[in-house]
Amino acid sequence: MVQIIQSTIDIPKIIESVLSRKSGGIDVFIGVTRDHSGSRSVTTLTYEAYEPMAIKVMEKIEQEARTRWPLNEVAMIHRLGEVRLSEASVVIAVSAAHRNEAFEACRYLIDQLKKEVPIWKIEHFADGAVERSGSLKEVRREAEVR
Amino acid sequence: MSRTVLSSSLSIQIRLFSVARDLAGFDVGTLRLRTGACAGDVMTELGKIHPQLIKWTDSIRLAVNLEYVTNDYLLHDGDEVAVIPPVSGG
Repeated sequence: MVQIIQSTIDIPKIIESVLSRKSGGIDVFIGVTRDHSGSRSVTTLTYEAYEPMAIKVMEKIEQEARTRWPLNEVAMIHRLGEVRLSEASVVIAVSAAHRNEAFEACRYLIDQLKKEVPIWKIEHFADGAVERSGSLKEVRREAEVR
Repeated sequence: MSRTVLSSSLSIQIRLFSVARDLAGFDVGTLRLRTGACAGDVMTELGKIHPQLIKWTDSIRLAVNLEYVTNDYLLHDGDEVAVIPPVSGG
């Protein structure tokens, strides 16, 4: 199950949604907003997405994980809009008969999500600067020069 | 007459995201390309109108109808091409 939402992620509900009698373990990854980026102080983050494609790519990643590991339930939720400090931007929960596949699949799902899913983070800094994260900064600087 | 012109060209819906949208100054548009045009031609055409996009072509990925494609993907009339700068979700 994959989902993109604009509001607070109900983490206990997501974890409960992957419970099954066949499962011996659930692995959960929760990505939260951190108060810094490198040496700079971050006040909040906002996320935007190409939603229909993001959903499709997330579904594809889930299917890839299911072909690699024998999984029972998968939940992958990303939040958009403002995600304040210590709030969750992404939650991934995986249940499987044994822990190894749950751990490995969960790691795969978040790594692939970060590489493939068309979602973009915007960092809001304590000094008032608002910047697109990572390699995008360079591009932005270029835009400002012109 | 105009019918002849239309039959030899493709109407492509363009969507730009993140920094590509910032650089180009728009998010949705229509491009008319010759029949036989490929996804990569979209960046070439956009680069003519918005030269600031050209040097970022290598880091941009293209998607047609919600799926990533390579630059040589053959376009069809009515396709939606999305310009996807490096993603940063999670």
